[in-house]
Amino acid sequence: MCGLSKEKTTRVTVDADKLRSEIRDKSVKVLDIRKEEDYKQGHIPDAINLPLASLLADDSPDKVLQYAQSFGISDETPVVVYDDTFGALASRIAWTLEYIGHEDVSLLDVTYSTWKKLGLEVNSQTPNLVKTNHSLKLKPQILATADYLVPAKEKGAILVDNRERLNYLEQHIPGAINIPYRMLASGQNILRPKEDLRRMIQNRNIRPDSEIITYCGSVGTLSGLGYYALKSLGMQNVKLYVRSFKEWKSLEKPIEQQKDANYWDLSAE
Amino acid sequence: MSNTSVSQSKPDNAPKHKVNWGRLEEAERFSELVKLYRQGKLHPDDFRRFRLQHGAYGSRMSDDYSMIRLKLPAGEVYSEQLEKIADLSEQFSIGSAHVSTRQNFQLHWVALEDVSEVLRGLAESGMTTREACGNSVRSIMCSPLAGVCPDEVFDPTPYAVAATKFLLRNPLCQSLPRKFKINFTCCEKHGMARMVDIGLIPQQGEVNGKLQKGFKVFLGGGLGAQSFVGHQLEQFTSEDQLLYTIVAVIRIFDRLGNRDNMARARMRYLVNEMGWEKFQNLVLKERAMIKMLLSVLVKLEVDKTEEPMRKISINSEMPSVPQGYSRWVKSNTFKQKQPGFSCVFLTLESGDVTSTQLRAIAEMAREFTADGQIRNGFTQDMVFRWVRNEDLPRVYSKLLEVGLANPGALTMASVVGCSGTTSCNLALTNSHRLAKEVQRKFIELKIDEDDDLRNSTIKISGCPNSCGQHEIATIGFYGGGGRLGKDMYPLYTMSLGGRSDEDTTLGHTCTKVPAKRVIQTILKIVEIFKSDKKQGETLDLWMRRVIQGNGGPNVKSIDDIKELLKPVVAAPTKDTDGDFYADYGSDGSYHTKTGRGECAA
Ligand code: HEM
Ligand code: SF4
Repeated sequence: MCGLSKEKTTRVTVDADKLRSEIRDKSVKVLDIRKEEDYKQGHIPDAINLPLASLLADDSPDKVLQYAQSFGISDETPVVVYDDTFGALASRIAWTLEYIGHEDVSLLDVTYSTWKKLGLEVNSQTPNLVKTNHSLKLKPQILATADYLVPAKEKGAILVDNRERLNYLEQHIPGAINIPYRMLASGQNILRPKEDLRRMIQNRNIRPDSEIITYCGSVGTLSGLGYYALKSLGMQNVKLYVRSFKEWKSLEKPIEQQKDANYWDLSAE
Repeated sequence: MSNTSVSQSKPDNAPKHKVNWGRLEEAERFSELVKLYRQGKLHPDDFRRFRLQHGAYGSRMSDDYSMIRLKLPAGEVYSEQLEKIADLSEQFSIGSAHVSTRQNFQLHWVALEDVSEVLRGLAESGMTTREACGNSVRSIMCSPLAGVCPDEVFDPTPYAVAATKFLLRNPLCQSLPRKFKINFTCCEKHGMARMVDIGLIPQQGEVNGKLQKGFKVFLGGGLGAQSFVGHQLEQFTSEDQLLYTIVAVIRIFDRLGNRDNMARARMRYLVNEMGWEKFQNLVLKERAMIKMLLSVLVKLEVDKTEEPMRKISINSEMPSVPQGYSRWVKSNTFKQKQPGFSCVFLTLESGDVTSTQLRAIAEMAREFTADGQIRNGFTQDMVFRWVRNEDLPRVYSKLLEVGLANPGALTMASVVGCSGTTSCNLALTNSHRLAKEVQRKFIELKIDEDDDLRNSTIKISGCPNSCGQHEIATIGFYGGGGRLGKDMYPLYTMSLGGRSDEDTTLGHTCTKVPAKRVIQTILKIVEIFKSDKKQGETLDLWMRRVIQGNGGPNVKSIDDIKELLKPVVAAPTKDTDGDFYADYGSDGSYHTKTGRGECAA
């Protein structure tokens, strides 16, 4: 199906075998989004460490561009991102690269733990980096802001909350629907097979050409995964509300709640 | 895009489920009908009937979410199935599942659009939700001690499974006047044979001079806004009569049950209105007719092959016995009739269990049980059977690691609470949380160690409908609203002396107890009992004596108890005690609010 498309389609996820052969060919840059101390203990060969916290400290396009260039990522370099947090942190980084105009970025379809469990190679060497050039071509069509949300919704955009069910019931942006991030993964893969995801979207009567905006609790990680789940189905008009519910609340915007029910008391946590 | 394939091959000799109750096409059909309903092409009433028949209730104040009830015949569940339920709960529900008083799992707050995905997942692991709700024959229960109980005549489990095979999806049961419940028990003590439409206790009897297996059959019992105790059909019902008897009863109910008044539609009302003798005659005649008219002999497929017990490797090195172990062994384990083996009861809180805990339980069943399965119990609990006595300390240590080692399972400290305002449309109070609060307090007070209280029970419903089975509890509560001046507060009606064994009795109403005084009230009752009891008398027996009018020396009747409780249950004004006016789990002031109940739909 993908082969028929004239457009250059980027792959949303990459499997372990494919990544290993690309690492061998040195045709890919791999980013490890875990904490520095975890990275130092071992990582996928040639992976470069970019802890999410470092990025979030300043995720302005200029800063992100600096990172890309210092890692030796040019406009054409395929990039593969992984984490150990079911792909959510990796998604946030991937989205950020996409936002500054990098086209070829994908998620490893398993986490680091699974990679290790599969017995695949890891090492603790830090790769040598050679600086390169990368252009800046912002892609505003994948970003949603608080101001954008309400008018977009009025025009039919679907707002998707990717937090867990109980958090959603307690409070959410008015009119949002809930697709908890746990729904998106299967067994050990960070995203379910396409047939499964497609069925779930169809069950919700969401059309493939709908405009969709995903959000989550604070920094756009869980919703980043939501964003890529939808992209993996070939949906084109997907945006991430990257500042998410944390910003929404701080702006004192209206909030909706499932009232008159003590659902939290059902949790055995 | 192909995925990295991660098939984990665990060495696993644990048995898999034996009967596949699931049907993938029912999941597909559910998803179709949700779409039609959302598009306005299916009438809401028709959709509701279909939804309930497939195990999905509406949720409190919202039909956009469902409570999904599984149908686990005899409460049997296997490790791979528990793992599936854990996944489904994490993905589509709230990350915790609920064990119900009828041995099922329930998943709450599932988006209507995802119900079909849950049904699909369940079907993949041999489970179903079909006819778990609605006007159907509900899951057939069987004592969790069946097969291992020292007092049983034989193991009724294969009969419960065979009856389910016959009745599930059977056209005979697709539009009954109301729901219909069948329970098998192991013996007189461990079950609820007199509190259901058909209750069955294994028995040996003589037929034409030959000793035969069979049952004591009880008809027309049940709990609800108005409850009744069942009547025994005949001295002995031999096993070859079992199916005919069940079918005869269902057919009579189908023909004569009250279809005009939902509130009186359960079979117990029919029995009550017609009079037992007339009903009894009708059943015996109908049974004779069925036998004559059947051109093909229909038989129950009772699988009587003995289950081979797996060898489980016992670790020879003994762990140091962890703290709290002997208290736990006393209140949570039960010696099987098979020497060397025990059952282990898990104390949950109002039946709630996290996905992580379910996975741990599945793993433990693989490691420690010779039959490789888990059974859900009658009191929102889960049970391992066939655990070697030598393994109990290790089982306890493992349970400790996942927060499941609370003592008290088989004592008054383990409290039943229906869903209440956490998810049920008809609820007036948060009975679910109250049950947790009472249990936590009583474990802290070590109530479970008091042998006088061991056989007693506390059960709590959030409204008069009895889902929490308060009427068969030694101390039972159902929720409502109270008022002082213009201020409302959550208030329970308390009944005393209920039981569900061979002396089945419904509790007698004693007094009303504000939610925030329930704990003090129970403690006060224990205090009264202690000062009044005869030597060696337990709380439940003392209560029976008081109810029968043989109380004394000080407490002669329930009214005396009521009198003594007056200072405990008095309502303070809102100014002196604001908390009194809020229900558990809420900080706002209390108000009652209910939606449309679907128990009848
Ligand atoms: C008039 C309405 C209802 C009646 C008479 C009724 C009756 C009962 C009874 C008697 C039981 C106890 C189990 C047994 O012995 O059969 C039960 C269990 C239960 N019912 Fe209902 N029910 C009603 C409505 C509902 C509704 C609306 C809900 C929520 C959707 C509900 C949820 C439950 C649950 C969750 C249990 C298992 C108890 C637990 O473990 O939480 N019931 N019901
Ligand atoms: S007893 Fe009442 S509140 Fe509790 S589950 Fe049943 S209907 Fe709901």
